[in-house]
Amino acid sequence: MDYRAGNAPSVGYALARLGIEHELVTKPDQIAAADRIILPGVGAARATLDSLSESGLLESLTSRVRDDGVPFLGICIGLQILFEHSEEGDISCLGWVPGHVRQFPSTARVPQIGWNAVRKRRPHPLTADFPDGGHCYFVNSYYAVPDQDDDVLASTEYEVDFCSIVARDNIVATQFHAEKSGPLGLGLLTAFVDWDPAC
Amino acid sequence: MLTKRLIACFDVIDGRVTKAQQFQDNIDVAPAEELAQRLYEDQIDEIVFYDITASAQRRKIDLDTVRRVAQHVFVPFTVGGGIRSVDDMFEVLKAGAEKISVDSMAVRNPDIIRQGAAAFGRQCVVLSTQVKCVGVSNGLPSGYEVYIDGAREPTGMDALDWVRRGEDLGAGEIVVNSIDRDGTAAGYDLDITSAVADAVNVPVIASGGAGDVEHIADGVTKGGAQASIISSILYSPRFERNLGVRELKDALTALGVPVRPYLDV
Repeated sequence: MDYRAGNAPSVGYALARLGIEHELVTKPDQIAAADRIILPGVGAARATLDSLSESGLLESLTSRVRDDGVPFLGICIGLQILFEHSEEGDISCLGWVPGHVRQFPSTARVPQIGWNAVRKRRPHPLTADFPDGGHCYFVNSYYAVPDQDDDVLASTEYEVDFCSIVARDNIVATQFHAEKSGPLGLGLLTAFVDWDPAC
Repeated sequence: MLTKRLIACFDVIDGRVTKAQQFQDNIDVAPAEELAQRLYEDQIDEIVFYDITASAQRRKIDLDTVRRVAQHVFVPFTVGGGIRSVDDMFEVLKAGAEKISVDSMAVRNPDIIRQGAAAFGRQCVVLSTQVKCVGVSNGLPSGYEVYIDGAREPTGMDALDWVRRGEDLGAGEIVVNSIDRDGTAAGYDLDITSAVADAVNVPVIASGGAGDVEHIADGVTKGGAQASIISSILYSPRFERNLGVRELKDALTALGVPVRPYLDV
């Protein structure tokens, strides 16, 4: 999904390198035709949600992911807007995953920017080939706290231990930028494309 | 644990990476696209690309080269040079960068920092500063003055005042680029780097002067920086021997600096 507050071109370049057929989409009917959906993001939660609603993409995305069960990958802000509420701007988000998004404590230097270790919390096809403790590239001032431990696929430490990969039904999301995390990140994109949530 | 980043810096002229000394006498290194690909494969943590003549020539950034480089770089990629407006930023992001570096233009129009952060988020806007040790005086309490336009123009602004203002306006990272140390291989200016790291709460990047592994380690320990910009060590033809990322990471690990581990692929 390509929208103003996103970094879809970077994700597009990564998919091209991997030989994965894809399209940067800006219109609702293009989403309706997609087999898998990636929502990248770099900006603020409110700007992302506003941009998605104004472009009419949100309705189509919701129907595809929630009703049709299409595999969905959120990246960075694309993870945070999945929860019920975000402290960033004190706003309601999509609520597809129970939980909240909190700000890092004031003792931390924010944003967190850089490579940090991703620890696997449970087995999942997305991370089957990902080495436990592998480093990925993070840029975030906020972090997600899922209500249910089972939704936490991996976690990372930065002042607090936070959820760095979410997985629930046909929805997965990474707090780090998989498209900018070198060979390990590209491996996750490949795993997402191969993933069948029904299995 | 968050690791310290090694950032390769490209000073680009006409699509080619060059290497300067104290912002002068640039010599040719390699095409930007080719060097980017080589460094990505060598597992550099991040690449910064400066179109170093765009600002002085009052022209737009070389988007074709940005686009060609971005296609090979699957680690963070920051681009700067000649950025005047939010629309310019958007063009660069569309070309495949995820961070925008502003420097001289932000001094001329500080509001660009606020506008960029509002449009794309704080994490997207890197404030790069060229600082020179000039001694403490009335208007310069830190003794460091901000320069612009390839270190040619003094601004009369105090370095610490400027980075604090930049952070308030919305910069997500601050690059401290020492004019005195640029290309000298004498080590980062640790005094101003640590003063900036104390002055702001966003990540700080040491730049200018890294000549060996100890310098890089000093920048992120004594200098208090979260990342180090390097270039000469990696590819300057003026250096007798350049080092690869693996050698640098092994040596930094031995010195106790936490780094993203080098992968055997």
